Amino acid sequence: MTQPMAAAATEQGSADNPASTGSRTTLGLGLVVLVGLVAVVLLGFFGAPEDDQQRDAVRMIFVHVPSALLTYVAFATTALGSVMWLWKRSVWWDIVAHSAAEIGVMFCGLTLATGSIWGRPTWNTYWDWGDVRLVTTLILFLIMVGYLSVRSMGDDDATATRASIIGLIAAVNLPIVNRSVEWWFDRTLHQKSSLTDGNLEDLTLFTLVLAIVVWGLFFLWAMTHRFRVGWLERELRSGDLDEAIAARKAEALIDGDFQNGASS
Amino acid sequence: MTHLGYLLVGWGLTIGCGVLYSIHLVRRGRALAARVPTTRRRWLTADER
Repeated sequence: MTQPMAAAATEQGSADNPASTGSRTTLGLGLVVLVGLVAVVLLGFFGAPEDDQQRDAVRMIFVHVPSALLTYVAFATTALGSVMWLWKRSVWWDIVAHSAAEIGVMFCGLTLATGSIWGRPTWNTYWDWGDVRLVTTLILFLIMVGYLSVRSMGDDDATATRASIIGLIAAVNLPIVNRSVEWWFDRTLHQKSSLTDGNLEDLTLFTLVLAIVVWGLFFLWAMTHRFRVGWLERELRSGDLDEAIAARKAEALIDGDFQNGASS
Repeated sequence: MTHLGYLLVGWGLTIGCGVLYSIHLVRRGRALAARVPTTRRRWLTADER
C-alpha cells in the first residue's frame, strides 16, 4: 500500500483498526434485527389473533415479555461479570458487566412501563403496590440505577469493586422477581408464565418466540457496541495517563539536566 | 382494533427506546474511535490484568 493510501485507511479505519464500533458482523446483525422487527410488528398487530378476555390488549405481550426476559439475561450477565471482576480482576468482564447493566436498565424500565400500560386495560390499574412482582421488579430497577450511578462516580478499581457488589445484590433479587408469581400467587395480579402454561394460540406463541429471538439479537448487537464503547473509553483513559506520565518524565529529565548544568 | 392507544404507546416506547439507544451507541462509538489512536482500537485483544 502506498503511503497516501495507508494514511487514508488509517483515517477512515480498517478491519484491524476500525473508525467506529461497528463491523461487518454487527452490520449484518443489525439488518437481521430490523427485518425481524418489521415481521414482529406485522405479525403482532395483524397476524396474531385477539384474546377472548383481553381482546387486542394481549398484543402488548410481544414487547413486554421479551423486555422482561432480556432484563433477566442482562442482569445475570452483570452478575457474572461482577464475579469475574472480583475474582480475577478481569477488565474484559468488568466492561461486560457495565455494558449489560446499562442495557438491562433500559429493558427493565421498558418492562415496568409496558407492564403498567398493559395493566390499565386488563387489570383496570396502572400500578398495584400489593403486587409482589411489580414491587420486586421496581426494586431491581432501582438497585441497577444505583449500580450505574456508582459507575458514573469514577473509573478506578475501587468503583468497579463497589459496583460489582451492587450487581451481585441485584442478582439475588432475580429469582425472587421470576418466582414471585408462584411463591406469592395470592398477592399478584400477574398470571403464570405465558410461555409455559400452554394457553397461547399457535400464531400468538410463534410471534412471541420470534419477538424474543429478535429482541435477543438486538441485545447481542447492543452488547457488542456497548462493550467496544467501554473498551475505547478505557483505552482513551489509559492513553491520557500514559501521556501524562511521559510528560512528567520529560519534565523531570529537563529538571535533572538543568540541575546538573547548574552544579558543573 | 381495541385498546389501540395503549398498544401504540407501549410498542412506540419500546421500539423508540431501542432506536434512540442504538443511535446513541453508534455515535458515541464513532466519537470515541476518532479520539483513540489506531494502535489502541483493538477491543478483541482484551486481556486480564
